[in-house]
Amino acid sequence: MARETSMKRKRAIGNAFSYILLILISLIWLFPFVGVLLNSFRSYDGAVEYGGMVNYLIPKHFSLDNYKFILSNATNYKQWYLNTILISICVAILQTVIILCVSYALSRMRFKGRTFLMRFWLVLGMFPGFLTMICLYFLLKQMGLTQAGAIPGLILVSVASSGMGYYVCKGYFDTIPKALDEAARIDGASRARVFLTMIIPMSKPIIIYTALVAFMAPWCDYIFASYIAFGHDTSYNVAVAMYRWMNTGDYQGYFTRFCAGGVLVAIPVTILFMCLQRYYVEGVTGGAVKG
Amino acid sequence: MAKEESRKAKKNPIGAFLKALGKDIAEIGTTLIKGDWKTKISFVIMGFGQLVRGQFLRGLMYLAVEAALLFYIIKFGWSYLSKLGTLGTVETGKVGRVTVYGDNSFLILLFGILTVMAIIALIFMWRLNLRDNWNQEQILKKGKKLPGNKADWRSLFDSNFDKTLLALPLVGIFVFTVLPIVFMICVAFTNYDATHQAPSKLFTWVGIDNFKKLFSFASNGFGGTFVQVLLWTLAWALFATFIDYFLGIAVAMLINRKGIRFKKLWRTVLVMTIAVPQFVSLLYVAKLFSSSGLINGWLMRLGIIQTAIPFWTNPFLAKVMIIVVNIWIGIPYLMLIATGLLMNIPEDLYESARIDGANAWQMFRSITLPYMLFVTGPFLLTQFIGNLNNFNVIYLLTGGAPKSGSMVGGAGKTDLLVTWLYKMTINDTDYKMAAVIGIMVFIVTAVISLVVYQMLPSVKDEEGFQ
Repeated sequence: MARETSMKRKRAIGNAFSYILLILISLIWLFPFVGVLLNSFRSYDGAVEYGGMVNYLIPKHFSLDNYKFILSNATNYKQWYLNTILISICVAILQTVIILCVSYALSRMRFKGRTFLMRFWLVLGMFPGFLTMICLYFLLKQMGLTQAGAIPGLILVSVASSGMGYYVCKGYFDTIPKALDEAARIDGASRARVFLTMIIPMSKPIIIYTALVAFMAPWCDYIFASYIAFGHDTSYNVAVAMYRWMNTGDYQGYFTRFCAGGVLVAIPVTILFMCLQRYYVEGVTGGAVKG
Repeated sequence: MAKEESRKAKKNPIGAFLKALGKDIAEIGTTLIKGDWKTKISFVIMGFGQLVRGQFLRGLMYLAVEAALLFYIIKFGWSYLSKLGTLGTVETGKVGRVTVYGDNSFLILLFGILTVMAIIALIFMWRLNLRDNWNQEQILKKGKKLPGNKADWRSLFDSNFDKTLLALPLVGIFVFTVLPIVFMICVAFTNYDATHQAPSKLFTWVGIDNFKKLFSFASNGFGGTFVQVLLWTLAWALFATFIDYFLGIAVAMLINRKGIRFKKLWRTVLVMTIAVPQFVSLLYVAKLFSSSGLINGWLMRLGIIQTAIPFWTNPFLAKVMIIVVNIWIGIPYLMLIATGLLMNIPEDLYESARIDGANAWQMFRSITLPYMLFVTGPFLLTQFIGNLNNFNVIYLLTGGAPKSGSMVGGAGKTDLLVTWLYKMTINDTDYKMAAVIGIMVFIVTAVISLVVYQMLPSVKDEEGFQ
């Protein structure tokens, strides 16, 4: 009896300690987001409040100046935002289609050169991506897809090589029993029919995962986007444009505007992610275990 | 039996390749000698045999491929291919006031490579075409019928569905990955840099000079900087991978603890870092710790420090900060992955350990950790490789700063190989050295992957823990 109470007390102390730790972790993890949000409500107008970096977190005057500024015609923010949405949607759809095709072929069909292809792609993946930047830039330039045409150019480049990212999706297909395929094929269904009417409807989680990851990536795409849109303001995406706000010239004046822009970017992406979180976890865990 | 053969082939890939090549040439010979006139004409006009035998779909496909490739090679590619050895000799100059364009080394190299690839593709298709002709002849000789055009077309959605599915992705990968990589590997053996910019200037082959420069420790050599950057890259990847890994597992175990409520809430809070685009959160964090940032501001206002702590300008502190901030990014991923896996560990293992009187730490060491390492071994490897090339964290936080006068190529103290590569491409337009660094990254990645992969417990012993 006495032992049980001491165990209970031990557990209670352990739990209290865990809660303190968890609350501390939560504070640290949420701090930057709270910071961005609060800073976005601080005016950049010197007459109201200093707009640069300050040594306090909560703004002294609450103002919507930054939001008014970025939604006005003084910047191309709306254009950048639309660009990014356009890229994200196109990349998400096309990339998912390509990955599904490649995964099905590699998971279900046995053709000559299959293992060679998989090994070859593995080796290709070991080259750093930016190595090929100038060459890609030139190829796109030949097609007129740089500067003013950077948006379709970016979509093309992101989609073109996406077949190499088949691992997670193929791993999922491998877990769908082959007996199902064979049964359908005995009934006279072609491979294409099996793929379209059986495998795809059964793969909803992995399709959502693939599309979600593809959709999120362009929001952070800075490197290549800044290179091929170089100097052409209206073909920037939000990451490129706002990185420039922060790092070229007068970032002090743009700090709070950056925060407001960041909030507008983060809100829809975060909501989308949170809604589809379940599928994301499934994909990430599955991919990690299979390696 | 078949296994033994494949093992033999693995042992001596060159011998096996030569053997296959010899067999192939012999087969072409028999096709030429024993084949009928339709097959013989197909040696020159691809798809002829198929067309005459009524297989229009295949015949036209072969014919179209031959026509397109030959057209490209003769009309366009040949002029570039012939200059590939020198990468152009005629410089762009001015005659009076008019600019006379000479050779463009960039184009010569790019389209030269493309032409070589087109020739290889043509030979490959030619070989397929011959075999197809030969097979058809054999089928007809046996008195059987050839599959019709309709059946051919239908097979593209059934037995040949793989070709339909893979055609487009393969073309995409070829044009936007393979071709550029081959091109850049070639650039590493040229003197293409700021002083040899196409189209106004020519560049040419220089052999392995660039690699010598990379490993030279003379005052203008890249050796010292390369070693420094490489060591930091490896150290960073090691720290970033393993610290995140263990802390991630720890946080997952903390949330999984019996008696902890609001599990979903804690997880959601952490997952926010994955959801919010990194350029927003990381750029903010970078400014948070800058000399005029909030953290320094607070500390100064409270009188704890007099001058700002140089979080990003002191090389050592900057490195520590990058690793710390990366923990902030990394833990949520690991937490998500570990949460599911931890629940897979059979509860009775812990139960029996508890009866044996094991404490929490002992249970973690001899049950949880071995299981996690076993299951996530390959993942850890990919994570490590990913961190070697982790561009975003470094670039958004420090941009490779603080710069150092003792380092060449514009490298800073926190630059990874990939960010250094990026800087050389963008700032210095030193393409040749960027290409060399790219090849080095590839070598480092490939060596680590191969060596570690062989050592992984889950690869050595697939049945363990099952």
